[in-house]
Parts: sequence; C-alpha cells; structure tokens
Amino acid sequence: MRRAILTSQRLLAVFLTGMLLLFSPIVSLFDRPVFWFGIPLIYLYLFTVWAILIAAMALIIGGKK
Amino acid sequence: MSQHILIVDDEKNIAISVDYLLRREGYEVSVAHDGEEGLRRIRDDRPDLVLLDIMMPKLNGFQVCEAVRQDPELAGVRIVMLTAKGRDAEKEKGLALGADAYITKPFATRELVSQVKALLQPTT
Amino acid sequence: MLGGPLIVVTSFLYLGLLFAIAYWADRRADQGRSVIAHPTVYALSLAVYCTAWTYYGSVGRAVQSGIGFLPIYLGPTLGAALWVFLLLKMIRVSKSQRITSIADFISSRHGKSHLLGGLVTVIAVVGVVPYIALQLKAVSNSFTILMHYPDITMPGSATALPIWQDTALYVALLLALFTILFGTRHLDASERHEGLVAAIAFESIVKLVALTAVGLFVTFGLYGGFADIMQQAQEAGLLQSMMNATSVSDQNWFTFSFLAAMAVILLPRQFQVAVVENSSERHISRAVWLFPLYLLLINIFVLPIALAGQLAFPDGRVDADTFVLTLPIAHGQELLAMFSYLGGLSAATGMVIVETIALSTMVCNDLVMPVLLRHWRTRSVPADLTAVLLRVRRGAIFGILLLGYTYFHVAGEAYALVSIGLISFAAVAQFAPTMIGGLYWRGGTQAGALAGLGAGFTVWLYTLLLPSFAKSGWLPMAFLESGPFGIHLLAPQALFGLEGMNEISHTLFWSLTANIGAYLMVSLLRPPNAEETAQASLFVDAMKYDRPAIGLWRGNAEVAELKRLASRFLGRDKVDTAFAEFSRNRGTGYNPAQPADAETVHFAETLLTGAIGSASARVMVASVAQEEPLGLEEVMGILDEASRIRAYSKELEQKSRELEAATAELREANTRLQELDQLKDDFMSSVTHELRTPLTSIRAFSEMLLDDPRIKLDDRMRFLGIIVGETERLTRLVNQVLDLARIESGRGEWTTGEVDLAELIRQSIETTGQLFRDKGAEVETRIPEGDFRVSADRDRLLQVMLNLLSNAVKFVPSGNGRIAVTLSGGETDFLVSVADNGPGIAAGQQELIFEKFQRGDGDNLANPMGTGLGLPISRQIIEHFGGHLWVENQPGKGAIFSFRMPKGSSTLSASETGPSDEPAYSDRG
Repeated sequence: MRRAILTSQRLLAVFLTGMLLLFSPIVSLFDRPVFWFGIPLIYLYLFTVWAILIAAMALIIGGKK
Repeated sequence: MSQHILIVDDEKNIAISVDYLLRREGYEVSVAHDGEEGLRRIRDDRPDLVLLDIMMPKLNGFQVCEAVRQDPELAGVRIVMLTAKGRDAEKEKGLALGADAYITKPFATRELVSQVKALLQPTT
Repeated sequence: MLGGPLIVVTSFLYLGLLFAIAYWADRRADQGRSVIAHPTVYALSLAVYCTAWTYYGSVGRAVQSGIGFLPIYLGPTLGAALWVFLLLKMIRVSKSQRITSIADFISSRHGKSHLLGGLVTVIAVVGVVPYIALQLKAVSNSFTILMHYPDITMPGSATALPIWQDTALYVALLLALFTILFGTRHLDASERHEGLVAAIAFESIVKLVALTAVGLFVTFGLYGGFADIMQQAQEAGLLQSMMNATSVSDQNWFTFSFLAAMAVILLPRQFQVAVVENSSERHISRAVWLFPLYLLLINIFVLPIALAGQLAFPDGRVDADTFVLTLPIAHGQELLAMFSYLGGLSAATGMVIVETIALSTMVCNDLVMPVLLRHWRTRSVPADLTAVLLRVRRGAIFGILLLGYTYFHVAGEAYALVSIGLISFAAVAQFAPTMIGGLYWRGGTQAGALAGLGAGFTVWLYTLLLPSFAKSGWLPMAFLESGPFGIHLLAPQALFGLEGMNEISHTLFWSLTANIGAYLMVSLLRPPNAEETAQASLFVDAMKYDRPAIGLWRGNAEVAELKRLASRFLGRDKVDTAFAEFSRNRGTGYNPAQPADAETVHFAETLLTGAIGSASARVMVASVAQEEPLGLEEVMGILDEASRIRAYSKELEQKSRELEAATAELREANTRLQELDQLKDDFMSSVTHELRTPLTSIRAFSEMLLDDPRIKLDDRMRFLGIIVGETERLTRLVNQVLDLARIESGRGEWTTGEVDLAELIRQSIETTGQLFRDKGAEVETRIPEGDFRVSADRDRLLQVMLNLLSNAVKFVPSGNGRIAVTLSGGETDFLVSVADNGPGIAAGQQELIFEKFQRGDGDNLANPMGTGLGLPISRQIIEHFGGHLWVENQPGKGAIFSFRMPKGSSTLSASETGPSDEPAYSDRG
C-alpha cells in the first residue's frame, strides 16, 4: 500500500517536471534557430524530454513489481 | 586389613577434618586436592570408598564419578558425594551418575561417619 | 498495377481480417481465455486516439505550423502520469456502477438524471460527428488518390459528384455495417466488446507500422537520414519558416496540450476503450508509459515526411495532408503506397467504429430510452426488450454514420471540416468540470451540472462552431467580424472585447469559465438532495469502499420481480447466471419469492444500468418496487455511519498494532528479567556455596572437639586455629558480598576527595609489610618525583591496592618472592602496576579471574582464605572512577596487575562508564 502511494507520488513528480520542461520559460531557451547534428535544437529538445519522461514513468511503474 | 577411604576435596580444612574423623574410626585415609589427582589415586590405590567434592579445579566431582563408573575394574568403589551444592537437581545428577550417597555440606560428623560405616559394612 | 478493383478487394480483405480477429477474440473470450486481458493490448487499444487526423493530418499541420503538431501528443503524455489517480478512479467507479458511457457517468454522478444524460449525449454527438466526417473524408480521399496511381491527382470536391458516385457514402455504409457486426452482436451486461478491442489493438499496430514504413522510406530511401533531409530543407528555405511558424511561447502550445490531455480520456471513444473496455485496473500501469511511447514513435517521421513532401512538390499543388500517401506514389512505390493507404484506413476505421459504438450507447440509453419509457407508460411493453435495445443501437449506429456522411457531404473542403479535430477536443473538454470535478467534489448537483454543461456548450457553439460555419461561407462573415446585429461586444471570437487570443484558446477560456462558474454557483444554490448525496458518495469515496455503499434504498420489492425485469432487457440465461453469482459472492442463497433487500435491489439496478443506463435503470426498478424515498437526513445518517464504521475499524487496527508492539516489548522485558533472574540465581548459588564451605570446616571441627574430650592439646589448638581462620573468612565473605551488592546497585558510599597516589602506594605497602615478611618476599617501589593527585575515594583505592598486594604475596614463591610496585604518569592518566614473580596467569584465565567467585587454578591451595570477590570488587572500584584494571603476564615470569586512573578524575566522568548504572548481578567483569 505504501509502495503504491510512493509510486503515485513519483508519477506526480514526473508530471510536474514535464510541466516545467515543456510549458515554462525553460522551453523557450531551446527555441532558437540552432542546429545540433543537423536537426533543429527545439525539435531535438522536445523529443529528448518526451523520451526521458516516458522512460521515467516506465522505470517508476516497473520498479513497483 | 582396614578399609581404605580416599578424600577428594580442594578445601584443605575440610579435608583435614574428615581425615581426622575417619582415621579415628579406624579407616585408612588418603587425601587428593583436585579431580585429576583424585581419579589417578582411585585407579592406583583402589580405595573402598571415595568422598568426592563437586566444585574442584581441573576435573569436577561429576566427571570423576562418571569416569569411575565407566571403568568395570573400579566397580567395587563406593562413592559418596560431599558437596556444598545443595540443590535437589545436583543431588539427582550425582545419584544418576552412580554415586552411592550424597551428603550436603555442612554435615553432622556423626551422620557422615554412620553413612560411611553403613556403606562399608556389608562388604565381604 | 493498382486500380479501383484491386484497392476495393484489398480494403475488403483488410476489413475481413479485422473481423476475423474480432471473431476469434470473441470466441476466445467465450471460452474464458481472453486475449485482451493483457496490459499491452490495453495500451494499444488506447492508441485509437491516433486517427486519420494523426495519420495524414500531422504532416499537414507540421507543414503549416512546424512543431505545432506536437502538443496533441505531449499533452496526453503528461496527462498519463496522472492516470494512476484519475483513470483508476474513473474505472473503479464505472465498474462498480456498471457505467458504460460518459453520459451515464455524468448523469449517474449527479443523481441519475435523464435530462443530464441527454444533454451530454447531444454535446458529444454535435462535437464528435464532424470528427467522424473527417475520417470518412480521409478514407474517401485516400481511395481516390490511390486509384489514380501512378498519377497524383487531388480529389475534387465531393459535392460536385452525385451522391451515389461518392466513395464516402459507401465507406460510411460499409463502416456502419461493420460497426453493427462488431458492436451489437449481443447486448452484454457489462457492455464490453473483447473482439472489438482486439481488432482495435491490431489496427494500432498496422497504422504505426505503415507510417513508420513510409517514414523510413522517405528518410533513408529518398534521403540520407534525418540530418540530410533537414539540410536540404534548410537550403530550400523550408525549415526556417516552418520552425518559426509556431513558438513554444504561443498560447496554442499550452492550450492544445491541455485539450489533448483532456480529450484522451474524455472523447467518447477514449472513454470506451480506456474505461468501459478495461479488463483489469492493473493494465493502467503499463498504459501509463506504453501509450505515450506509441505516440512518440508515431510522430518520429512526421517532420521528415513533411519536409520531403514540400521538397518533392514545391508548387504547393499537392495537399500536405496527403504526403504520407503521395510520396510513395510519386516515387513509384506501388506496394508501399498500398500499405500506406491501409494504414490510413486502419486509423480511420478504428476511430469510426469505436466512436460510433460509444455514441450509439449514449443515444440509445440517454435519448431513446427516456422516450420509450414514457411511451410504455401508456402502452404495453414488448416482451423481448433485448431485441428492441439491439434495434435501437443499430439504428443509432446507422444514424450517426449517416449524420457524419451528411456533414462531410455538406462541408466538403470547408474550413468547418478541416479544423474539426481541435473543435471536437474543445467540445469534449466541456465534460471535464462535471466529470473530474464530480469525482472529487461532493457538492455538485444535477442543476449545477446541467447549468455548467449547458453554459460551456453554448459558449463553444457560439465562439467556435458558428464561426467555423461563417468561415465556410454558411453564415455572413459580418457576424464573425462585428458580432450579431453589429454588437461588437458579442463578436464570437472576441467575446466581450477579449482580443488577441487565437480562436481555440479564446473558446477554451470563455467556455470553461462559463462551465465551471455555472457548475459551482448553481450547485451551491442549494444543498445536494438525498439521491445526489448518495451518488456523490459512491463516486468520491470510490477508492475507500471495497463494495458500493448499500442500504441507501428502502422499500418493497421481490427478487422474482427484479429478475423478470432484468431478463426482459438482458435475456433469461444471463440474468440467472448473474444473480446466481451475486448470491454466491454474498454467501447467501435466495428465495425468488422473498422480498429483496437493499443490496439485491442495488444489484439489479446496476445490472440494468449496464444495458440501459443508470437513469433508465432507476426508472425501471422503481416500476417494480414500491420505493419509500429516503430523506436527505437519512442518507446522511447512513453515509455517516458507514464512514464511522470505517474510522472505527481503522482505529481498531491501529489499536491492535499498538497492542502487538506493547506485547513484544513486554516479552522482551520479560526475557531480560528472566536473564537477570538467572544471573541472580547463579550468584546466590555461588554465595551459598562459598558460605557453606567455611561453615563445613567450622561445624566439623567444633563437633569433633565437642564429642571427643580426649583430643590432644596441640590438635585442639590446631583445630581451634582453623575454626578462627574460617570464621574470619566467613566474615570477610559476608562483608565483600554486601560491599559488591552496594557498588553494583549504585548505592555504594563514595567520599570523593584528592588522593595522592604516591602516598597511597607507600601506605598500602606499609600496611601489608607483615605479610611480605612472613613469606620472605621483597617489595620494590618505583615512584618518580611529581604530582600524582587524582580525585577519588581514598579508602576504596587503598582497598584495591591492598587486594592487589595480598594477591601478589599469595603467588610469589616462599623465601625468594619479589614484588615491584610502579607508578608512572601518562598524558591523561596515571598507571599503577604490581608485578610479581609468581607462576603468572594462564591466558585463558586472565579475564576469568575478574568474575565473581572465579579463582585461578590452584588459588585455594595457595590461599584458602581467598573469597573470589577481591578482584571483581577492585575492578568495580577502579571503573567507578573512570579507570581500568587488568592483568597481563610478564615476559619472564609472573603476573602484572595494572590500573589506570584518569588525571583529576571524578565520579562525574565515571557515571557514564561506571558500573553504578548497571543493574546488579549483570556485570561479568
């Protein structure tokens, strides 16, 4: 039971982190006409954050088993 | 030929008193001051009766008693446990190990003498 | 060569495959070997979220707005992190109440109202039917484009063709047939469709694989990877303008994400797969990460395809929404084009089938059933209601698809269809306050929900749907620009003068403000009534109750009557099975003629809810039961009691846990006491033994002297000497036992003062001088000059010194004994040692001799006067003053007893380490 509560709180933390990384002024730091590996920085940033959020959720949920 | 009694006790004064007491009754008496010496003397001298203290250095009285009872050559030796350990459990243990009598310290001298006499009387 | 017949045949083969999968999954479910009871299947079924709007439209939006296509998928990703709270609760509530649609969810929460369910249904139909139209258009367009292979022709306006030549009509009819086969083969009490879910999961795989195949072909077949496309696009000047089209600081960025996060659980089809079709709450865990992962994967190639499309068709004649299909065609990839078409078909059909089933359930239960119920009040009720229900559902499916087709036919290429995705999202977002709010807030009433939904929907109609009509040319643009009747304040997209927002954000702001505002304020006008309170408790407390609250019903009903009623809707066999299982779970048999209790009535009503919705079920049950309405007070009382019982049982648990802890503590304390008791027993036994030994000698010699007057004089003197000696030993023993007991229990009397160790040593040697002379031993003292003052009890330290000296005397050989007493000073303490040239102490004995009554071997022989307590007492004394006493062997021969005393030591420092804190008899040296 306490384990489940911990998992929920960790997921909540992921949600808040995601809000911060995607919907705060932080994201506009990457919204510049710069290319990394030939790919626009903002595009690279968004997909990276996205992948990390998914990985974090998978780890948190996976750790419950 | 007078009967031989061995006293095994690490308390010097007690040994002296019992020695005196039994000599007066006409027994041949010798003294050992610890368990190891006691067992050796029992094997060498084949006493008719042993007065055995329990709390002794090296080998305690129980161990000596057990060793004697396991040796078929020493079958005739009578053993009287003589000890300050007065608990019933100790007494039971002593008798279970094959002691013939158990006398608690401090003892009445007359009782000791009569007990020894009673044990040595019926011998052939 | 591709052509009409081949495409049609392939499409039918694909749909046939879908149906085969569904049929197979249904059969497996009937055999009890469900294929969808797997978390991955559940996550894949959620991907019905990705429609043709994603499959074709993402590329279109990327061309238009750069990264603007991403919020539709980022929002749900973040939202998924909250599913373990929100979705779990929605599923828990829906399962226990057998809720099968959003309309029923909202209606049931607010006191089971037909009116509310009807309103939700209307909003859903109006909001979602255009979205269905969009799918029809996508299928029809992709079919037309593929038919012209290898030419690339944009389909003309559908309205230009006669209806019977319109592909979309046949697509609509075909899908209606297909949906009916899927969705209404039988009327399941729980309204779950295993076969449907399996087919949808399969479709999700097809569309992902197809889009990825096109993406791989474009990125690595036509170009040399991501960077290559980007570089070429940049050289063509495409990338810069696309990347500039949308900024992450736009209102849209957040608004679209928010809308999408809501839509992913509130769209009727999403509610259907996420909640109604859910087969286990545990599946949520996998979906939380697997569904966002699916979204990420399906978007990876969107930007490359968008760029490649623009590079391939620079004149803008080819609609960006078709790039996924036209790029393979343009490069002569026949097979890939076909596969891409099938991917789009799967995306569209999946959406249409599930959405239509979900809507048909709502239309049947919340729009048609109330009418039928009213109708049956005056006329005879048909015997087989199952058939009636199925007919209604099938009719609803046809109706909805025809409505979708009609909208498509009328709207065509108009703005009103192209932008419908987000317009639909904004419509279903209106459900959020009553649905999510209702899950956590008890105060919402039926009137409040009606007002909120009504207000939000009206604002949505006025600010989003009507303007889209105007932009399509069906309403005068003046209405849009200067408001109705020229009233600027009422201009639909700048309501009350709010300008500078894009239309979606504008609508979302005003509609949710009106929605939430009305929901809250109207709800707060009056307290919830009994029914609303009871239902609110079932929803808000869903995670607390293991079983739905019972006892919220009072009246007369018979089990047989209830069964007969349920059988008419669900069929006799199904109802018999359900009731049998119900009574088995309760552990009670039931007599069909006996009156039903509240729990049974509740069960029957829930069973019916699965088939006809909660409000209709309530009406139907009321028709066979004489219900005595419960007052608000009574409902509150029952709920209070339930919560009191919960609190009480929690308290009991807490108490029993405390009790267990206390018991464990007591057991531990008892064990410790027993140990102490054992130690005390051992000590007493030792003391007794030590007392009896001298007593034995005394008694024996006394009796001998008394009995025998003839004993020689020198024997008499010797015996009397022994008696006196043994008496002294007894006295010493008694004193030391008392002394030790006092020290150990902390009641020892200490007079602490300044002690000069040098002086103390000299005095102790003087006192024991006679002993040394008797034994012919020499004493050597090595005391350097200096200050050797410590703070201690002088008499006690003297006692220690005397004990050590007399001990040493015991062991030195007679005649040539040598004893050395040394005093030295260290940094923090002084060291005193007493060395002798006796036999030394065996290593195994060195600690033993500090234990009570444990004498070294041979001790008694050498000194029958020892008590076995001298060294333990000495150690206690030294430790009391924070020092330490120990023994070691000299390298040559003999033993050294040493102790350290801290400089300026006091009892204060000792009280931490000293034995006085220790319980008596526990110290073992």
